[in-house]
Amino acid sequence: MGIIFSFFAVIALIVIVFIGVQGANLHYLFGVVIPYAAFFIFLLGVIYRVLQWGRIPVPFRIPTTAGQQKSHPWIKTNPIDNPFTATGVFIRMAFEVLLFRSLFRNTKAELRDGPILSYGSTKWLWLGGLAFHYTFLIILTRHLRFFFEPIPGVIKIIESLDGFFQVGAPVLYLTDLIFIAAVTFLFLRRVVIPQVRYISLAQDYFPLFLIFSIGLTGVLMRYFLKTDVVGIKELTMGLVTFKPVVPKDINIIFYIHLFLVSTLFIYFPMSKLMHMAGVFLSPTRNLANNNRAEMHVNPWNYPVKVHTYEEYENDFRDKMKAAGLPVEKE
Amino acid sequence: MANPKPEELAKIDYQPPKTGWMDTPTVFKPGIFPYACKPKSLETVGFPNPRQWSVKDEDWKLPPNWQEIFIEGLRERVSKYRSFRLFLDICVRCGACADKCHFFIGGGDPKNMPVLRGELLRSVYRKYCTTTGRIMGKIAGARDLTTDVLKEIWYYAFQCTECRRCSLFCPYGIDTAEITILARELLNLLGLNIEWIAGPVANCWLTGNHLGLQPHTIKDAFDMFCDDIETITGIRVTPTFNRKGAEILFVIPSGSMFADPGTFTCMGELLLLHELGLDYTWSTFASEGGDFGFFTTNEMAKRLHAKIYEEAKRLKVKWIMGGECGHMWRVWHQYHNTWYGPVDFLEEPVSPITGTKFENAKSNKTIHICEFTADLIKHGKLNFDKSRNDNLIVTFHDSCNVSRGMGMFEEPRYIIQNVCNNFYEMPPQTIREQTFCCGSGAGLNASENMESRLRGGLPRANAVKYVAKKYGVNMLACICAIDRAALPPLMDYWVPGVRVTGVHEMVANALICKGEKKRTTNLRGEPLPGMEGE
Ligand code: HEM
Ligand code: SF4
Ligand code: SF4
Repeated sequence: MGIIFSFFAVIALIVIVFIGVQGANLHYLFGVVIPYAAFFIFLLGVIYRVLQWGRIPVPFRIPTTAGQQKSHPWIKTNPIDNPFTATGVFIRMAFEVLLFRSLFRNTKAELRDGPILSYGSTKWLWLGGLAFHYTFLIILTRHLRFFFEPIPGVIKIIESLDGFFQVGAPVLYLTDLIFIAAVTFLFLRRVVIPQVRYISLAQDYFPLFLIFSIGLTGVLMRYFLKTDVVGIKELTMGLVTFKPVVPKDINIIFYIHLFLVSTLFIYFPMSKLMHMAGVFLSPTRNLANNNRAEMHVNPWNYPVKVHTYEEYENDFRDKMKAAGLPVEKE
Repeated sequence: MANPKPEELAKIDYQPPKTGWMDTPTVFKPGIFPYACKPKSLETVGFPNPRQWSVKDEDWKLPPNWQEIFIEGLRERVSKYRSFRLFLDICVRCGACADKCHFFIGGGDPKNMPVLRGELLRSVYRKYCTTTGRIMGKIAGARDLTTDVLKEIWYYAFQCTECRRCSLFCPYGIDTAEITILARELLNLLGLNIEWIAGPVANCWLTGNHLGLQPHTIKDAFDMFCDDIETITGIRVTPTFNRKGAEILFVIPSGSMFADPGTFTCMGELLLLHELGLDYTWSTFASEGGDFGFFTTNEMAKRLHAKIYEEAKRLKVKWIMGGECGHMWRVWHQYHNTWYGPVDFLEEPVSPITGTKFENAKSNKTIHICEFTADLIKHGKLNFDKSRNDNLIVTFHDSCNVSRGMGMFEEPRYIIQNVCNNFYEMPPQTIREQTFCCGSGAGLNASENMESRLRGGLPRANAVKYVAKKYGVNMLACICAIDRAALPPLMDYWVPGVRVTGVHEMVANALICKGEKKRTTNLRGEPLPGMEGE
């Protein structure tokens, strides 16, 4: 049900553009107003969510320790997977965010007759996830060419590296290929692996369909349909310089692309995509395992009712004395 | 209740049902759930809504405003625990955690996949705490909190041993144990605890330990241990209790004072500390290192835990040493400094035997006996006759809590390798940080839920079976009291012939003590290798 809902939600988004741009001529709305709105909703939304999380206390220091602790100097510790210092935490977080360290550990449990259980290493999700996120990042960076005049050198370098193989005209970007493949993979594993299908919700399919459609419209624009790149750049430069213009005759496919991206931006802060920011705040990862060496303060720590020794001795004094145990009050 | 045969139990169907999980009613299966708490257990500690109820009954006799209580409790906790809020918010349902949980691996119930265990509560959170969930309902993964939903959350909160294996593999470190901990807090608000947890908590409140051992009973138990040790080694150990001015307060889980094979660990510790001439004391008040309060609410955990430091203060010791226990060390290592600190009335721990400063414990002043013993061995302070353990072919079970909530892997291994000759590791994906739970942690080691425990223990048992076949392993060593209680039935069921031991039992067996007689038996009274005829 979730999958169908999400599929049609994305179709509906595309239809909206057709009606709005082709039918009602709302170029300014779709080319300027919505993108602006989306951008600010994204920015403010993400900031709001991060501040909201940040305001919540971290009462306890609960790192998941994934390696040997620091104890005796002669025992080799694992300063990254079980960090004792802030530097260690920094490196651990860098591994998590840049290389998906935890996902790299992934195993697949298998049961054979016997019973025999085995846990082979499986790196597909890690690889697919990494491919997806990095190509997404590179593609996003490449898009900056639309927002700068002249185009910065770095971006040109990325472009030429990306088009390294010089296949086709316009030159095929490797990242486009990997990106589409990776999104497809992430989608397929969601429907093919029974357990993953079972846990998937509409909100898991929706971003995949949305992102896939963004990629697809982008690819169509670049390689297959004629689009007026000069006109588009005029529009995007107008947006960043706050002097919005809407050039005539830009292909509808561009408006679809832009509207889907706007939707992604609006959707981002209220969805699971916030994992981008959340991962940095995760208390099982971003805290040092030095609980016994440094006191962690819980801001809402409060006194609790305890059973005191005095009460205990009152309950058992005679028995304690009979057993020859020392007591406070004879 | 008779358990199915192992061959039967091992036929596991991992295929999820045709219907979506929200539309698949949860059936309460005997053998899977523990029994409801008794009102008296809750009353003893002042927990809310005590009453007689039964899991099997349709009517759980909930207070009339139970939804309000639950939802208010939820709202309160998502604003007090960043972990909780974040873990409810950012799961992408990638499924990496799915087949990491021993209960899922051993049972195949999809709601035992950590991600779905989380979703059970997450769906309620969406409904009552997020705008999209409130407006869009089911399509946004939100659902109403009905009694069926509540019961489902209950059923699966007591099929999670808070082992954190899922959290190791999650790309965001989402810790389903943390979700379970807080789900249990919420259930506790409604008096929905289990007796196997609530009972020990009440005991611990009254007597200082889970088993309800009164001071003179503890003394008697130790007298027996001392007699046994004397018979076996010829040495009379003379432990002291509640003694003021001792240098060190030593606290162990009460399970080790009461039931085999834990008692042999306790005897091992007695012998070792006596041989060292350590100036230490036991306490009948701080007679429990573990903390079942941790399986009810964080507040209760703190309430029970305070006695450790209170007693250290009263007895004016310099520092505290803790025995072999799993969840006890999660609590001591990750929580008790925060609850009770700053612990400025104690001194930074220094081993009086070697002079080693325990820098890693300089703030909360508590060290693990394995850290202590490893240091002794490293400094050559102990003499061993390893051959006394030659009849043992040993493997080591890393307890979840010391593994993923502390990271103590090498210390116990170093000790084991110094006291016995035959040591073999289980496969790497079943030990150290990836270790599998015994299946009975977090207060689930009752007997009525034995099927669940046997299923949850299958991954552990299966790894033992592997080394039992390959190397002839016959002894499973561990440093946890729950393990020592839970692993023997697990081994009997899945890997008959493998027994269970604490590490310090093996230490004491190999330890050459001053003035000891020629030993012919181990601490269990069984002949040592080569002494079978004597
Ligand atoms: C610090 C930045 C980020 C990190 C560390 C990160 C990490 C991850 C990881 C580890 C996964 C799980 C593996 C997978 O399914 O691929 C994931 C999933 C996902 N991420 Fe990110 N991510 C980040 C930013 C983003 C951004 C900016 C987006 C863009 C919209 C995004 C979109 C997604 C999506 C759609 C999924 C789910 C894939 C699926 O459905 O299987 N992520 N992310
Ligand atoms: S591994 Fe983490 S993000 Fe993935 S499904 Fe499990 S809890 Fe969610
Ligand atoms: S904490 Fe352990 S028992 Fe609980 S869901 Fe995670 S893996 Fe399963």
